[in-house]
Amino acid sequence: MGKFDVDKLRRDFPIFENYSLMQNKRFVYLDSAATTFKPRQVIQAADYYYEYCCANSHRGDYDLAHMVDVKYLEARKTVAKFLNAKDPAEISFTSGASMSLNTIAYGLSDILNEGDEIVLSEAEHASNVLPWFSVAEMKKVNIKYVPLTKEGRVTPSNLEKVITSRTKIVSLAQVTNVLGYVEPIKELISVAHKHNCLFVVDGAQSVPHMKVDVQDLDCDFLAFSGHKMLGPTGIGVMYGKLELLKKMKPLLSGGGMNSRFDTCGNVAYELPPAKFEAGTQNISGAFGLARACQYLEEVGLDNIVEHERELRIRLLDGIKSNDKIIIYNKDADSGIVTFNIKGVFAQDEASLLNSKGIAVRSGQHCAKILMDFLHTDATVRASLYLYNNKEDIDQFIDALNNGGDFLDAYFN
Amino acid sequence: MPTSISENASILRDIIMDHYSHPRNKKEINDPAYLTVHMDSASCIDDIYVQIKPENGKIVDCVWHGNGCAISTASTSIMTTLIKGKSLEEAKYIMSEFNKMLNEEEFDEEALGEAIAFINTYKQPSRITCANISWRGLDELLKEEEEHHHG
Ligand SMILES: Cc1ncc(COP(=O)(O)O)c(C=O)c1O
Repeated sequence: MGKFDVDKLRRDFPIFENYSLMQNKRFVYLDSAATTFKPRQVIQAADYYYEYCCANSHRGDYDLAHMVDVKYLEARKTVAKFLNAKDPAEISFTSGASMSLNTIAYGLSDILNEGDEIVLSEAEHASNVLPWFSVAEMKKVNIKYVPLTKEGRVTPSNLEKVITSRTKIVSLAQVTNVLGYVEPIKELISVAHKHNCLFVVDGAQSVPHMKVDVQDLDCDFLAFSGHKMLGPTGIGVMYGKLELLKKMKPLLSGGGMNSRFDTCGNVAYELPPAKFEAGTQNISGAFGLARACQYLEEVGLDNIVEHERELRIRLLDGIKSNDKIIIYNKDADSGIVTFNIKGVFAQDEASLLNSKGIAVRSGQHCAKILMDFLHTDATVRASLYLYNNKEDIDQFIDALNNGGDFLDAYFN
Repeated sequence: MPTSISENASILRDIIMDHYSHPRNKKEINDPAYLTVHMDSASCIDDIYVQIKPENGKIVDCVWHGNGCAISTASTSIMTTLIKGKSLEEAKYIMSEFNKMLNEEEFDEEALGEAIAFINTYKQPSRITCANISWRGLDELLKEEEEHHHG
């Protein structure tokens, strides 16, 4: 299967050794859309900061501090290369996708006038909705939603329908976190640009799983989190085109981001990325994230796509004759499978699966408005990644097909 | 040794299924004499309102409405049957015995009636918050009622 040896790769992940059983069953992790496990290489890269070069960046005049600056810049360059960004200055480190999206929304609020419009979709994660709600309230602009197709996809022709001369910003996920569709983001971006709108890509679910080339896409901004792509928690990226970042105001201010200021309130900001990195940064996190990018490149993002696709087909094949299962995204192109068992509340199903050693996520998946579209209160989501293997899928299929009553979890 | 009902999984299971399929005291009341608490959270899909009508130190009525999983629905339904008609003190006692059970401490089985069905919750720690959701709501309501009288 695939072009890499999964069982060998799994040995890079200490958690599979340290947490091999859940509820005394072989542990199967199918919640990588929430967060991912970390390979030893990433953990070591993050620890390297604490063990070998622990000093503040941009501050010191001594060798150790200089070494931190060099390594921190190296990490930025590694991420820039991973995304094929033109310039490492286009990469700002943040605490994660949520902070990146908040920074972008706040930063772009300056270009909005009363009555302007921001376009989102109903399939967006809360982190790509709520920051825009705040900006909309602050600037008295309107939020509009691209109508979804029957399956829940965003299409260029539907985007075309909702954009007007007042639309200034379009912000959409490249892969949605509930339905897992890979949206035709390049075409969507070109529609937005044709109408002179800026395009923000929420890459939290795409960057970990597929090749994302910011120059090829021509996106104006891109946000994602390290922890969903084998990296540490508390680190993420805000990519922006350099000329846009230069004009954009920072959300956070403080040390390290201003070149000078006086008591009359005049501030001269540093250039990007420093302008967006106020205060002491998560340096260890940046080292870990850079290593995660390299790890994914070593395995090969195309191989990861293919691997997830094969596992997904195996799973769908295994449950296709089970008419108790409702699958909401049969045709999705990612490793996300969203379903319910007829007559069973999502959380009860997730807890039955827990009793069989399988970790899935039940809930509204932070995309609460989508639930109106799906006509259900909640769903169960299984999400795959490069370290899942056939055994994981087969154990999952067996649990779904022969799972017994959902209250078994409570009594056995 | 006599077997108590807590050792008979199939009876416990039937209790939960019964209250999940036919929840008791499930209605919404629009009356200022009722205190209402809304229990929901970002981490859980349960979305449950509990309402009590306190009168002279007694809970003369207790109802609920909303949406939840089997465990939270059954637990809420059972709670309303247990505390309806009880004094505030009695309700507090039942609540504390219920919490002891969830924490695997010694508890007074007599006081819990059908709520004994949740004795196995500790085996699925992630379900503790489902089993006690409306009890946490009740705790807030009882505190609110106390403040109202002493505050
Ligand atoms: C599509 C999408 N956007 C944004 C986020 C937010 O990511 P974080 O919580 O790491 O900031 C998530 C996380 O679930 C997501 O799936």
